[in-house]
Amino acid sequence: MKESLSLVQRLSAHPDSRCWFVSWSPNGTLLASCGGDKAIRIWGKEGESWVCKSVLQDGHQRTVRKVAWSPCGNYLASASFDATTCIWKKKSDEFESLTVLEGHENEVKCVAWAPSGNLLATCSRDKSVWVWEVDEEDEYECVTVVNSHTQDVKHVVWHPTQELLASASYDNNICVYKEEDDDWECRATLTGHTSTVWSLSFDATGQKLASCSDDRTVKIWRECPAESGQDVSWKCVCTLSGYHSRTVYDVAWCHLTGALATACGDDAVRVFKEDETADPEQPVFSLAAHMAKAHSQDVNCVAWNPKEAGLLASCSDDGDIAIWRFQEED
Amino acid sequence: LVGGGAMSGGTRLENANPVIFQRSGERQLTASEEDDDVHDPIDDREIFDILSINDPEHPLSLEELNVVEQVRVKVDDAGSTVGVEFTPTIPHCSMATLIGLSIKVKLLRSLPDRFKIDVHITPGTHASEDAVNKQLADKERVAAALENSSLLEVVNQCLSTRSV
Repeated sequence: MKESLSLVQRLSAHPDSRCWFVSWSPNGTLLASCGGDKAIRIWGKEGESWVCKSVLQDGHQRTVRKVAWSPCGNYLASASFDATTCIWKKKSDEFESLTVLEGHENEVKCVAWAPSGNLLATCSRDKSVWVWEVDEEDEYECVTVVNSHTQDVKHVVWHPTQELLASASYDNNICVYKEEDDDWECRATLTGHTSTVWSLSFDATGQKLASCSDDRTVKIWRECPAESGQDVSWKCVCTLSGYHSRTVYDVAWCHLTGALATACGDDAVRVFKEDETADPEQPVFSLAAHMAKAHSQDVNCVAWNPKEAGLLASCSDDGDIAIWRFQEED
Repeated sequence: LVGGGAMSGGTRLENANPVIFQRSGERQLTASEEDDDVHDPIDDREIFDILSINDPEHPLSLEELNVVEQVRVKVDDAGSTVGVEFTPTIPHCSMATLIGLSIKVKLLRSLPDRFKIDVHITPGTHASEDAVNKQLADKERVAAALENSSLLEVVNQCLSTRSV
């Protein structure tokens, strides 16, 4: 048995600009993309092919860097270089701008919803991470501003089941936050990468976290019993080096199959699989598929469909989205 | 990306008396380069010629200030990579990021999209070499900087062809 990536469809998603990010809706039927053309596009399946269902324009004045669906699938949040985050509400096939979250001093780099849907995190070049609370009336209130990073914060991601937040930064570090007495605090700083950490992804259990970096490596971190006191502790248990020839911009851990995909500045998409017989304290990953020239320029994002195992979306500086099927060959 | 103050008024020059270098001669075209039927890969000299960029504070080109030199340009047409090292005129030059950004933008605009463009400071020639190199390599920050209209204007000024 050998695994392979095969192309399902290629979409010219953001022509003449970058496509920065793609995100699947929780039920896996819609894919949202965003880019340098300041637009968000929603893609859905018609028959056998993926088509553009709607275009969300006029929400942002500058590049839309990332988008995130709420766990219920009824809301979409978009983070923009215009220093704002827009919340869009889905009404049948249309999306309407519900509110605009302001406060960051400059570019918002990422937005993520907590698994409960009641909390939202944003991060910015202003070095801060903000946690917002959402109430029943769709009102958003900033509950915490955390300044644990010393540089531009690139990415935020929530634990799949707990209210635990992680962030990645240009300062080469990863921070893990928990709420304590109504305040969010950095409880662990994960050091080890030697350049910008671009993205993070938890595995299905939330016990492991993958990070990717400008240092051309991917690191796997594991939650450990705290050594002293009650603080959380994460240790690097594996480093994937020698596989990527340029910056690794994104990493995605499939919660259905456990496969780990990477998006790289060398235009390739790679998929790694964990050796199930290895010691969980010292996991071993092997390269299962390598799609060189997956795009004609840098790959910015990889995203596994949350419901259809093996369906992977990627997007690139060339403006395209590609949809791939990762499967075992007979 | 670039700290405030660049190009603002120009009241005091950081490096008031730069050493001026001789410009290299015109490029000599070979017979095969003039033959349209021969595949003609992009070479170091062509990249160097693209970099006839103006210095932000002097009415001189980067070549005349020895900020860019042909020997510090490395192009691999088959591998679609271009590497350029530039040498700030003084080790504390606050214009280093702006100069590097101008070089990067010029190459981004001039070369086919397939090229990976790496712009670095010549090792050992600037006090903040690592920080400047990291900023120039961060395409997200470069993209954000180029959406800043006043910064873009300064870059375009550096890139505008001046009559010599």
